[in-house]
Amino acid sequence: MTIVTEPTRTTPVLPDEPVRLLRRPTGYTKGMWGWITTVDHKKIGIMYGVTAFVFFLLGGLEALLLRVQLGSPESTFLSADTYNQVFTMHGTTMIFLFVIPLSAAFANYMMPIQIGARDVAFPRLNAFGFWVFLVGGLFMYSSFLLGGAPNGGWFGYAPNTLKNFSAGNNIDFWVFGLQILGIASLTGAVNLIVTAINMRAPGMSLFRMPIFTWMALISQFLLLFAIPVITVALFLLMFDRQFGANFFNAQAGSDPLLWQHLFWLFGHPEVYILILPAMGIVSEVIPVFARKPLFGYQVMVFSGIAIGFMGWGVWAHHMFASGLGPVATSAFAASTLFIAVPTGVKIFNWLATLWRGKIRLTSPLLFAVGFVAMFTIGGLSGVTHGIVPADTQQTDTYYVVAHFHYVLFGGSVFGLFAGIFFWYPKVTGHMLSEKLGKWQFWLFMIGFNMTFGPFHILGLQGMPRRIYTYPANMGWDFWNLFATVGSFVIAAAVLLFMYNVWVSRKNPDAGNDPWDARTLEWTIPSPPPEYNFAEVPLVTARDDFWHQKYTEDEDGRSVPRQAGQTSPEAETEALVRAAVDEGDGTGNGQQAAADENGGDPADGGDSHADDGDGHADDEPHIHLPSPSYWPAFTSVGLAVICYGMIYRVWAVAALGGLWVLGGLYAWALEPATAPDEPDPGRELEPAGSVPERNAGSVPERNAGSGPSAPSSPGPEQA
Amino acid sequence: MVVTASEGSHTEVEEGHPPTATGLSNEKVAMWAFLGSECLLFGALISTYLLFRGRSTPGTITPSDVYDILFTSVSSFVLLMSSLTMVLALAAIQRGDHRRLRVWLLATALLGGTFVAGQMYEFTIFYSEGLKISTNLFGSSFFVLTGFHGAHVTIGVLMLLSLWSLSVRGKLPTHRSETVELVGLYWHFVDVVWIVIFTLVYLIP
Repeated sequence: MTIVTEPTRTTPVLPDEPVRLLRRPTGYTKGMWGWITTVDHKKIGIMYGVTAFVFFLLGGLEALLLRVQLGSPESTFLSADTYNQVFTMHGTTMIFLFVIPLSAAFANYMMPIQIGARDVAFPRLNAFGFWVFLVGGLFMYSSFLLGGAPNGGWFGYAPNTLKNFSAGNNIDFWVFGLQILGIASLTGAVNLIVTAINMRAPGMSLFRMPIFTWMALISQFLLLFAIPVITVALFLLMFDRQFGANFFNAQAGSDPLLWQHLFWLFGHPEVYILILPAMGIVSEVIPVFARKPLFGYQVMVFSGIAIGFMGWGVWAHHMFASGLGPVATSAFAASTLFIAVPTGVKIFNWLATLWRGKIRLTSPLLFAVGFVAMFTIGGLSGVTHGIVPADTQQTDTYYVVAHFHYVLFGGSVFGLFAGIFFWYPKVTGHMLSEKLGKWQFWLFMIGFNMTFGPFHILGLQGMPRRIYTYPANMGWDFWNLFATVGSFVIAAAVLLFMYNVWVSRKNPDAGNDPWDARTLEWTIPSPPPEYNFAEVPLVTARDDFWHQKYTEDEDGRSVPRQAGQTSPEAETEALVRAAVDEGDGTGNGQQAAADENGGDPADGGDSHADDGDGHADDEPHIHLPSPSYWPAFTSVGLAVICYGMIYRVWAVAALGGLWVLGGLYAWALEPATAPDEPDPGRELEPAGSVPERNAGSVPERNAGSGPSAPSSPGPEQA
Repeated sequence: MVVTASEGSHTEVEEGHPPTATGLSNEKVAMWAFLGSECLLFGALISTYLLFRGRSTPGTITPSDVYDILFTSVSSFVLLMSSLTMVLALAAIQRGDHRRLRVWLLATALLGGTFVAGQMYEFTIFYSEGLKISTNLFGSSFFVLTGFHGAHVTIGVLMLLSLWSLSVRGKLPTHRSETVELVGLYWHFVDVVWIVIFTLVYLIP
């Protein structure tokens, strides 16, 4: 691994750009337009994170409303209809607008850095994904102002959601909102999959990829295949509601189970989409604070893949009470019990990683251990759902609510907070307060168990889900009140977190590597520069950064490397680099670029091996993708289409269609992608080198790619 | 140090082997991933059609009342031939023959457009014979399934015409032949889906 040198960022030089109707933003656009036009995966990641957190607050507020309503019997705090809207939006928000996008935030920000890339494969598509997500979320929430929010549950069971039973536009906002969010998830999935497959730095083989990147990759594959299924279900429902089709119309002979099958064929992989990124985060955090490598890395990867595959074969366990017949029920019961195996493997691997480690009990580790403990409880209650007679008894009771909150809150949310505390210094440059973080953890832990623990008891006592109130003599009063108190403890913990973020501005600089961590993101400054890596790293091992810092003594214990002592990896680096250059395109790109810069090929080969000083005269010159107006512009058109469809003003819908189409054409044809023009991308370079750089900027485009690119190294490098 | 691998559009290469970890271009991997996703889309739609086959309310219009197998066979043949012209278009740009590229692109778009026109004609006939989306389960599932496919073909025709227009303006040089290849992948996929739909929906009684 080479040491990172920061290129001098003096006066940037922008190449001449053809005058267009709308000039492409330059990358030095600042302020609000800088954020709207950005294609930088880090800024997009931050926007994903902040937006998802705002939706988390909204979803949390809805949860508090629900808990106040249920805190006492016969409460009139919310009407039945309002309750339905609030619980539907609570579930929809937490799943589609909080956990998926917050996982997307981590994947967007960390995945490219962890694999040593400068951005994702399709930066503008990435920006598009974010804006579509934001538009979809706002669209769905606009229903509160336009006659009432969706009220059919996050699962939207048809035929209950047909016009006959759900008049009004509530369900339509849900249908179209989820379609918009599906586009966001699908583009994000394609983009991140290509990024992980194609953009890895030299030496970053699949089995050197950090475990978070692996788990994020698997969950993106699940999204890729699950989203079209719900897309179809939502389209069928839309045709029923808007155009009088009969897909869910029992009078016309349709099968009311069709919706359940389609929804849960999406919905169960969705569960793993929510949990796998959190598992990945926890698998990053535990080794760092146990100061040991992750126990059984390959097994962790393969159990993640196994979960990804088996997640497609268990959906009908959501439907045991619907009368599928003994054969189907038994098969799905078996697969449900079986999927607990790879999950259990992961839990034991986390325990084994902690076992005899030199544990530092920091707040990220607390959240990670909290994840393991709470997720195990949720997993075990999940196994009880795999036992059909028990499940038939528990279906539609609070026992189910307890189960999925233990896996989604105790699992995903604890894992995501572990990630927030772990990577916050990398993203902002400041540490979060450890003291406040530990307070938050314990408040979270206590409040969480106070709220959702009693749901097990309530469920076994027979309290049904989705009821807005209950009579006083059912024996449910005490535990409901207890849970309501617990939910406010959780709210206090969230406020404490926000306070922690607010005061962290004044905390001292975190430095590159505050946790003494293991993966590539910790080798670069905090916050990372726009181009991530001044020089694309060469990876020689899994946990490469750790191996640069530590070696092992005879007993296998980690000991810090002495200053000046180079790792065997570093010693062989030049050789490896040369070998990689031979076979790997990214190396070629660098090589070719070095040539273009006027250095002779031999210099290019050598300069990789020394540790940075040699680059002073290498004139860092990094192409970054140019920002664009079109992703944000295009995304708004989707909402226009959907408003037109809901209110049946076809002209508006058509206008939205033209808006999207026009945006896509403008996007495809904007300058940087036109083949025969000089690259309008920014070039970072010392002002001193202007003349020859400008002259060289046209052939630069083809440098990494043209026939002159040395696909085989010169004899000097061999 | 320059690394040009930061955006897909920066990585086009004459031979179609840009610098990526797999050697495949980002665009190609993305297209395959997208088509994988599309399989599930059509899979769910086709399953829905099959689930409802023969379950329409008795006495309402059935497939055998309206299908004109001969007509649909001809339009299917037209669509299949468009895959051939698509292959010829790709071969033309790969050997640098831009005139023939444009001819074959237009031919493909024309064949695709003929198919879509045939489908619109068929929909109109069915409608006049009393089959609407709201008539029965057959009407709902038939129009939605074949309509989704028709929409895909229409998008494909738009992409082909866009390629043609780019080529006319000289913006589709030989080293960007992969763009044609990607549109071709999409086009062949849509064709293959039609073979499945035609067999399951029209041919199997």
